[in-house]
Amino acid sequence: MKSSVLKSPEKDKETTIIYKPGRRDFLKLGSLAATGLILGVNFSCSDRKKGGEITELRSGAYLTITSDGKVIITAHRSEMGQGVRTSLPLIVADELGADWEKAEIVQAEGDEEKYGNQNTDGSFSVRMFYKPMREAGATAKLLLIRAAAGKWEVDESECDTDNGKVIHKSSGKSAGFGELVDLAAALPLPKPEEITLKDPSEFKIIGKDTPIIDLQDIVTGKAVYGIDAKVPGMKIAVIQRCPVVGGKVKSVNDKAALAIEGVLQVHTIEGAGIPPQLHKPLSGVAVIAENTWAAIRGRKALEIEWDLGPNAGYDSDKQQQELLEKTKEKGTVRRQRGDFDKTLKNASKVIEKTYLAPFYAHGTIEPPAALARVKDGKCEIWAPSQHPQWARDSVADALGMDVKDVSVNVTLIGGGFGRKSKPDFIVEAALLSQKSGFPVKIQWTREDDIQHDFYHAQSAQRIRAVIDKDNKVSGWNHHSTFPSISSTSDAGAVQPSDGEMRLGCVDFPYDVPSVRIETHDAKAHVRIGWLRSVSNIHHVFAAGSMLDEIAEARQMDPVANVLDMLGEDRSITFNEEMPQGEYDNYGENIKDYPWETGRLRQVIERVAEKSGWGREMPEGRALGFAAHRSFLTYVACVVEVAIDDRNHITIPNVYYALDCGQAVNTDRIRSQFEGGGQFAASLALNSAVTVKDGQVVQDNFDTYQIVRMPQAPQKIHVDIVESDAKPTGVGEPPEPPFIPALCNAIYRITGKRVHKLPVDLEA
Amino acid sequence: MAQYTLRINGVEHQIDAMPDMPLLWVLRDVLDMKGTKFGCGKALCGACTVHFDGVATRSCSLPVSAVQSAEITTIEGLSENGDHPLQKAWAEHVVPQCGYCQTGQIMSAAALLRENPSPSDEEIDSAMQGNLCRCGTYNRIKTAIRTASEK
Ligand code: FES
Ligand code: FES
Repeated sequence: MKSSVLKSPEKDKETTIIYKPGRRDFLKLGSLAATGLILGVNFSCSDRKKGGEITELRSGAYLTITSDGKVIITAHRSEMGQGVRTSLPLIVADELGADWEKAEIVQAEGDEEKYGNQNTDGSFSVRMFYKPMREAGATAKLLLIRAAAGKWEVDESECDTDNGKVIHKSSGKSAGFGELVDLAAALPLPKPEEITLKDPSEFKIIGKDTPIIDLQDIVTGKAVYGIDAKVPGMKIAVIQRCPVVGGKVKSVNDKAALAIEGVLQVHTIEGAGIPPQLHKPLSGVAVIAENTWAAIRGRKALEIEWDLGPNAGYDSDKQQQELLEKTKEKGTVRRQRGDFDKTLKNASKVIEKTYLAPFYAHGTIEPPAALARVKDGKCEIWAPSQHPQWARDSVADALGMDVKDVSVNVTLIGGGFGRKSKPDFIVEAALLSQKSGFPVKIQWTREDDIQHDFYHAQSAQRIRAVIDKDNKVSGWNHHSTFPSISSTSDAGAVQPSDGEMRLGCVDFPYDVPSVRIETHDAKAHVRIGWLRSVSNIHHVFAAGSMLDEIAEARQMDPVANVLDMLGEDRSITFNEEMPQGEYDNYGENIKDYPWETGRLRQVIERVAEKSGWGREMPEGRALGFAAHRSFLTYVACVVEVAIDDRNHITIPNVYYALDCGQAVNTDRIRSQFEGGGQFAASLALNSAVTVKDGQVVQDNFDTYQIVRMPQAPQKIHVDIVESDAKPTGVGEPPEPPFIPALCNAIYRITGKRVHKLPVDLEA
Repeated sequence: MAQYTLRINGVEHQIDAMPDMPLLWVLRDVLDMKGTKFGCGKALCGACTVHFDGVATRSCSLPVSAVQSAEITTIEGLSENGDHPLQKAWAEHVVPQCGYCQTGQIMSAAALLRENPSPSDEEIDSAMQGNLCRCGTYNRIKTAIRTASEK
């Protein structure tokens, strides 16, 4: 895999280097004014070669203060609704003491040499860039203070910044940043040890509610997404892709298509075959037309004969049953503590349950779309890309160009969830522009999106839990099997990767003396990819449901049971129990971001309190609970479910307690949890992709459903633990515990356990 | 191709288009009005919602030939300065996440409030159920509609 949520962002966060860009950098900055104070921020988060040395210094962002007092911050991460274009700049602004209202945000193009890691995925933007952003702000602040102190002939320790001004505290004298930039720009850069960061108690913006910067553009329809990109002479393309992955075009009759008014050209696109790859198009036939409608009509008129290839007989339901059968066998051991078989012999009770979850499509409301202009040996892209550098590399590769000749402009993303990390659709646009000579925007329809996605893998799991004579949980054996994301780029990959297994499975944190985690082979017949929170979705559905069964078997309250199983507060690593390598802790050193059971305990206790856990519920209503740490953030969740006599499910309340370390923008943390809860409700209650004869059955939002307002959780309460621990991500962590919490509540009402997603009360 | 005269946001536009071209693509591709979004093409998601003589209508499923003399309002014409009570309420509650569905949401909500200035929760649910939001902003949408309806 080229890069994904599963690959750790390699970096050395201990070094941030602030520097003044040279003339060449100014030229590259383009629209930014080349006067005033400009600082480059080097995150040194460049890929490290084996052995650990940093290969190249890279600038991560630019901070510019102009002589009219404007503070311009480049946002180098992609915005898809998580609020990153607001959250990272506000960190700089807070340390700087800027007037946030006057800050301006400029989106960086895709260029990891220049900006460092731009792969916006894995809930790590704030985690990775919190410290460098603060240091950038603090450096500029010190320079401005030095400039003012020199001018006023006072000691710099008597000065501070606030609201875009430097202030001399005792006299009250002040000067706007704009007046000071020329002086500040002439000063040498301070040494790193001269920089002091604010004490968290001094934060003015960090840790509060800050509205997103794109708000007004969005509500007036002015925000520009990938689908909205346009250049003069642009044509629109749609592609009829082979209905089966790995198939190809045998013959095309394009006569009728070309006869349609507005249709210009028809081209065959060669697919990667098997494996399909994450960054390559599927095999298909493209229609290029003057407008989208003509392209769609032209596509309908194509007559294509396909060679459907080896996946043509694939049936997903049948495979899921086969996978389930496999979980009865001995698998590949992925984690081993104690001797589970021995524990079994001393059992007083054994609970054995199975869990099935389907393929899921991303269903971003903006379907994939990208614009490419290949001209004079260069290629320019405008795309809603979560990973612009990967797009750039993939386009260069597909076109046979040098990477330097490809540029990627990042638009707003109309929903990403992992789909728009994969650059296949961007490569399609580039290839078609090259073939046709026009600037081409590729437009996926909803049918294209649902039928040709990189799906979250379907899975089958089996868990056996052992309770001993003292009513203690003495053994946990979790079998997990699902086609791996790796299969999309490596046809030989049939086992879940370590990266996928650490998502809610091998990271089982409970103090149980014997643990055995096993996996089994599962072949992929569609493209598998990552979807918001990835394998945590199915793993935590299973584990969180089983924990509730254990509580019942032990005749304990579900919250009390989990707290008991967590044991003493402690930091855990799983390394010595993992035969194939070490626990990678979401790409972070476990010393920097320890796995602390005490933090999980704390959020559990808080959610129990805030939700009124244990309270009397009316007939047809119940609370369900689950907790999980993912992406280094600790989350506990209580879902209140109501079921009426027509088996209609509603969700009056959802309670979250979370610990993500230092909160940066509390409003966006809450909104990610609100949205994450809604997203998880769709996964649990509505959505499933199935495959018959190698072809996806569902094709639009009637057959692939997601929650609508009447069914959506009605209130989502979000309780954020105050903390000054290192900040961690919030985009993905809301999802995993929601699903078992919901299922556990359903059980409490109906007496029926949920063993298969999506929930079907009639089953 | 045929010629049509459309009244959009109070302005007349002469356009050439295939009679079956949905109004959505006329707006986006012919008139370059990009605030109206494409999400499904089948009247299933609401991203393309405009007002057709004041009624919330999915422009993806309305052929241009059927528009005739109707008064069409898009997000660009909802208010002069982006200050429709709903746009203000949307900002107050910071409703959007990715924002992509939001113009359609606002247009559906605006048609609702025009008909029914103080809708009940159930009425909001039923008027808004045709608008999907994958980011899951439903709770804030509802709060914002309530705020705007109180004004
Ligand atoms: S695009 Fe019209 S309803 Fe979805
Ligand atoms: S805000 Fe992203 S789809 Fe609604």
